Amino acid sequence: MFLETKSLTKKFGGLFAVNSVDFSIEKGKINAIIGPNGAGKSTFFNLISGFHRPSSGAVIFKGKDITTLPSNKIAELGIARTFQTTNLFEQSTVLDNVIVGHRLRTKSNLLDAVLRTKRLKSEEKKCREKAIEVLDFVGLTHAAHKQAAGISQEEKKRVAFALALATNPEIVFLDEPAAGVNPDETEGLALLMEKMVQKGITVCLIEHKMQMIMKLADKIMVLNYGEKIAEGTPDEIKNNETVIKAYLGGSAIA
Amino acid sequence: MAAIFKQRNIITGLVLLSLVFPFITQNEYYLHIMTLSFIWMIGVYGLNLLAGYTGYLSLAHAGFFAIGAYSLGILTVKAQLNFWLAFILACLITSFLGFLIGLIALRTKEHFFAIYTLCVGYIIYLVIDKWESLTEGVRGLIGIPAPSNIGPISFQTALSQYYLVLVILLLVILIVYRIVHSLTGRTYIAIRNSEDLAQTIGISTMKNKLTVFVLSTFFAGLAGALYASFVRFIGPDIGSTAITFDLLTYLLVGGLGTLSGPIIGTILIVWVSQQLQFLQDYRMLIFGPVLTLLIIFYPRGIVGAFTGWKHKYEDKRSKNKDIPNDSLVKSKKQVKEG
Repeated sequence: MFLETKSLTKKFGGLFAVNSVDFSIEKGKINAIIGPNGAGKSTFFNLISGFHRPSSGAVIFKGKDITTLPSNKIAELGIARTFQTTNLFEQSTVLDNVIVGHRLRTKSNLLDAVLRTKRLKSEEKKCREKAIEVLDFVGLTHAAHKQAAGISQEEKKRVAFALALATNPEIVFLDEPAAGVNPDETEGLALLMEKMVQKGITVCLIEHKMQMIMKLADKIMVLNYGEKIAEGTPDEIKNNETVIKAYLGGSAIA
Repeated sequence: MAAIFKQRNIITGLVLLSLVFPFITQNEYYLHIMTLSFIWMIGVYGLNLLAGYTGYLSLAHAGFFAIGAYSLGILTVKAQLNFWLAFILACLITSFLGFLIGLIALRTKEHFFAIYTLCVGYIIYLVIDKWESLTEGVRGLIGIPAPSNIGPISFQTALSQYYLVLVILLLVILIVYRIVHSLTGRTYIAIRNSEDLAQTIGISTMKNKLTVFVLSTFFAGLAGALYASFVRFIGPDIGSTAITFDLLTYLLVGGLGTLSGPIIGTILIVWVSQQLQFLQDYRMLIFGPVLTLLIIFYPRGIVGAFTGWKHKYEDKRSKNKDIPNDSLVKSKKQVKEG
């Protein structure tokens, strides 16, 4: 298995935000996590990316237990993520914002900076090239020199993708990548995710836009009240009674 | 390209001006004020690196300034150490204490960090004030020697001390400039933007924050040691919170997170308060409201406001001409401004 969780549990006080969830992410596919608001989807992401430490259970990435690693170490292993909102440095350009994304693959330190060493210069060049490359990949070459304060919501989402991609990830976790953008732009972002998979990057996303998910995902997991209530292909999920119940309320039986 | 050359010209002009300043004015008092301003600037640059670029507002900096000053004072007056050895040790002692305090302080964030460091600063002040056997308490340390000779160069006159402080200040600015415009500086700015995001892109935030904190206290200690050797007398008051807020005022007026902010803020406030000396403590009646207005309308200080206007102007121009190259120059400049 590429990345899997074994009875992953997170308790906040007496509340089970995520309750013994077993989930496996398949390599080279688009995996989706859906569920009503407050189902524990973001918490699930936070557990995998090392932001919260699980109360119990384990996260295994390529056979290695990464449950207790801090998030920066997890990023180094090749697991990237985006947030629902990305805080960019508004006074700077898009390119400048993305350059730091490749920082984790560089070694230069404070002393290199003060002495302007060769290593620093070559690594700065490397980071800049990487930033240009990923901005091109997400289709933002035209906006590279715009100020981050002046770009659209959809462009901000793309910058968030670029920043995640600049870390050279093998798998990317996207937290509601299409929230707050219009249908046309959603289509564009879906195409971008497919492009990422073609490039060999595994994608796992949380999303509320069902149309998009059903078309895009290879595999879906449904969370409700922190528990996994269903898992399968889009068709299986569409016809799953528990899922319909969770979304429409107890009385609706389709 | 023209803009870059222009900026370089401004910097060269300022350096030249500071070099010939003692010859323009023969007034010893002005020279004294300028030297003191330069010393403050070094401290403000340290604060700027931490508060401006990394987003951690430390209110303990007068404490570290005092540690630097007292270390030098005690090592030279009481331990009779060689001046320059004591000078280097003073900076190292401050950085080491900064490291220990940073380890704990950096577990807090934002307001809590500010409050925590404010307390640390006050405790440092109290320790200096009460530990009479070491620091002489309120009597202060008297008779701190001026910098001893380096080869043929002597630092006994006010003029030579002015140049010594100026050279060290220029070195500090060069170091800060290089840090801010490197990958390391980008890392710090990323932490300031969003610590969560910085961590997800693989930045070890604690390690980086601690490095900046130590460096920042190093600069504060350096400024303190220079102060002690320049004024030759130190009392516990140099560690008081009033000094922290002085440093902070210089930084806020000049521009938080800008490279030239500390220079402009310090010079401006020091000179204005010199000119307003006849008002005595009522000066604060002027400073208070002006500072409040500045923070409301120009949170990035004078330099921040200025670059903001420049960008607006250039945006208008580049929209009219629509030359893509123009935006490139602009972004480069922005990197320079930090």
